[in-house]
Amino acid sequence: MTHPSDTGPAPVLALKGISKSFGAVRALRDVSLELFPGEVHALAGENGAGKSTLIKTLAGVHRPDAGQVLLDGAPVVFHGPGDARDAGIAVIYQEPTLFPDLSMAENIFMGRQPRRALRRIDHRATRDATTALMKRLGVELDPDRPARGLSIADQQIVEIAKALSFDARVLIMDEPTAALTNSEVARLFGVVRALRDQGAVVLFVSHRLEEIFEICRRVTTLRDGAWIASEPLDGMTEDDLVRRMVGRDLAELYPKQDVTPGETALSVRRLSREGVFTDVSFEVRRGEIVGLAGLVGAGRTEVARAVFGIDRRDAGEVEVDGRRLTNGSPSTAMAAGLALVPEDRRAQGLVMDMSIERNIGLTGLGVTVRAGLMDRGAERRRSLDWAVKLRVKYARIADTVNTLSGGNQQKVVLAKWLATRPKVLIVDEPTRGIDVGTKAEVHRLLSQLAADGVAVLMISSDLPEVLGMADRVLVMHEGRLTAEIPRSDATEETVMAAATGRAA
Amino acid sequence: MTVTAPDEAPVAEVPKAGATRLVDRVFKMRELAILAVFLGMIAVTQAGNSEFLSEQGIKDLLLNAAILVLVATGQALVVITRNVDLSVGSTLGISAFAAGLHLQNGGDPVVAVALAVLLGIGFGLLNGLLVSLGQVPALVVTLGTLYIIRGVDSIWVGSRQITAADLPGGFVGFGSGGISAVPHLALIALAVLVATAYYLRHFGGGRELYALGSHPEAARLAGIPVRRRILAAYTFCGALAGLAGALYLARFGNVDSGTGSGYELTVVSAVVVGGVVFTGGSGSVYGAALGALLLTSVNSVLPALGVSSVWVLAINGVLLVLAIAVDRIVALRVASALKKRNARHA
Repeated sequence: MTHPSDTGPAPVLALKGISKSFGAVRALRDVSLELFPGEVHALAGENGAGKSTLIKTLAGVHRPDAGQVLLDGAPVVFHGPGDARDAGIAVIYQEPTLFPDLSMAENIFMGRQPRRALRRIDHRATRDATTALMKRLGVELDPDRPARGLSIADQQIVEIAKALSFDARVLIMDEPTAALTNSEVARLFGVVRALRDQGAVVLFVSHRLEEIFEICRRVTTLRDGAWIASEPLDGMTEDDLVRRMVGRDLAELYPKQDVTPGETALSVRRLSREGVFTDVSFEVRRGEIVGLAGLVGAGRTEVARAVFGIDRRDAGEVEVDGRRLTNGSPSTAMAAGLALVPEDRRAQGLVMDMSIERNIGLTGLGVTVRAGLMDRGAERRRSLDWAVKLRVKYARIADTVNTLSGGNQQKVVLAKWLATRPKVLIVDEPTRGIDVGTKAEVHRLLSQLAADGVAVLMISSDLPEVLGMADRVLVMHEGRLTAEIPRSDATEETVMAAATGRAA
Repeated sequence: MTVTAPDEAPVAEVPKAGATRLVDRVFKMRELAILAVFLGMIAVTQAGNSEFLSEQGIKDLLLNAAILVLVATGQALVVITRNVDLSVGSTLGISAFAAGLHLQNGGDPVVAVALAVLLGIGFGLLNGLLVSLGQVPALVVTLGTLYIIRGVDSIWVGSRQITAADLPGGFVGFGSGGISAVPHLALIALAVLVATAYYLRHFGGGRELYALGSHPEAARLAGIPVRRRILAAYTFCGALAGLAGALYLARFGNVDSGTGSGYELTVVSAVVVGGVVFTGGSGSVYGAALGALLLTSVNSVLPALGVSSVWVLAINGVLLVLAIAVDRIVALRVASALKKRNARHA
């Protein structure tokens, strides 16, 4: 936990004792960070550790409740994103923030266009400057084309061009590689190294540990909003870093029980949906947890949606316990014993303004409705039963779910589906954005379900989670299943190789 | 887990393929398409009735369109920011009456026009403040101000009425007069239109309206003063509605408490028919003006062809639905073209 601040150059940008709360949630607690010229600095931490809040503080989007931002050693206050930009700080968000209707040139220079007499925009100079930036970045993109339809990689190039256009000294990249292919990552890293060599600071956020080790010199780790360490990466291993991020033993986080798989519960054969995924076949057996890994955008969620019948499949078959499912019919899928816990619990998993009781009750209307009328008592008993089983923390069962924490909301979604007593449970990113404690509880629950004979298909971008929980790992790359790896052979290397299309 | 050396950073594929050009072309084509429909309609009518394009005929066409063009120009600005102003009809009505009252009492015509514009600016500011500060959907806010302004108008005007006889002859003469076939009103509308279009294209503030309509969150992150821009768009829209009120008075000479009632729907139709996308960020004031010209021309075309004018509303509705359908179909085609390109790209 060394601070190299006594030696070498002064930090370009520093945070001292930053705290930030949103209502009762303390997103950042007394966090400090120093960024030196010519370094690529990693910001590590689990989902919900406070990385995004930290970035938005540097970007001038959030104002800290306490603490200082120091630019070249002098305290500054950013009243908005414009102030941060004027200070030479550029942020590239995970989802690039471009104007789809405007040209690339306009996107890059919005708000700072070169001017002619009478403060009119000099369109030609804007276009020429854009062409020059594209040349410098080694890409060929027409400055006049609208941003709509650019690939994520190209959108990031536009964002980087934006940063270059005002000679940004600090470049913050929030998971820039999440949706990139291998060659696109190489191109991006080439640009990052060039910027670093010119003396810029890059703050790099990534969940892919090997990328952190590849391109970064130092790492600052956050956990639950608190600063854990700032240290050189030299001599650290990935395990060291994970331990810093998680703050506990991995075995405890992934309580996987050994189970002998039973007969096939879910069988997917040659499933295809044009332009989304192609020829996907796999089976999940009773008692098994099968991980479905891959990069964001590989088509995993889409496969789950097609299996459940939310989206229609163009070709292929889905069977649950040997019973073929009707195409595009979630109700037959539910009747057959399939349950899907979706990725976005707020938008798809829950009715946020409805009570815990009624949210859980939604999947049980077939049981709790008698003669066309709700039996509220039956609904309440059923919901209470499951809320208690899953140890949901709430004040009253009639409270609306938006009063719960993210982890407890996720438990309510799980309760809602477990209450249908599914034979096959598909969970999509079951622990995204929830704290470590609840995460371990969710894992224990999944493990218990599998032990009770439920077939579990777990989609997750959290590699340690996949490796810790799955009996088998299926890997998707660009809409195809590229690998099926048994637990014994599954490592970050084998899974990532298949996920990025490097494995045969 | 090493990645290939950085210095051979691969050059991105140049998306010269159909998709890019298609997107480009669609946006340029939109105004041309309306112009073509307009010219086609005029040609057919002229063929059926050679009297249609007489000097008086052309003058009527332009005179009818001028006021709508003016209000549609302001409305287009607001729609580009992903908002809408439904109160323009009420604003037009109350400013027309204010100007008329001033003239009726022997006031100066220039002051009367200024009064109407100021009143419009006031209501525009009100709308802009409510929308930008209140974070309430513009549709609801301006529906509210539509009724508020109309209510105030009704109380103030009561059963009074202003007729051409109450107004100075010069003012009314200006409203119907012109330079040969081109009415004064059309010249004013054209000047406002060209100036607005120039501002939107060549000034930072204009481009920022497109930016914040295209992606509000990105606009905020780019440091654009979102609230100030929205306020400015509403104020400008209100000012033009006020000016249109004064011109309405000059043209028709007849104002009562119902003047301009329901006009907002015609204005919004013109803007949408003209290709200004309701979800913001795209379209031009020229398009909106062409939409206005097209919709008002239907009024003149039908009688010239001997069709009963009861068909006007139905035809305007069909044009509106057609315009939206065309936009939607084109958007889907473009999306699928881009998707195919990306698939190839990968």
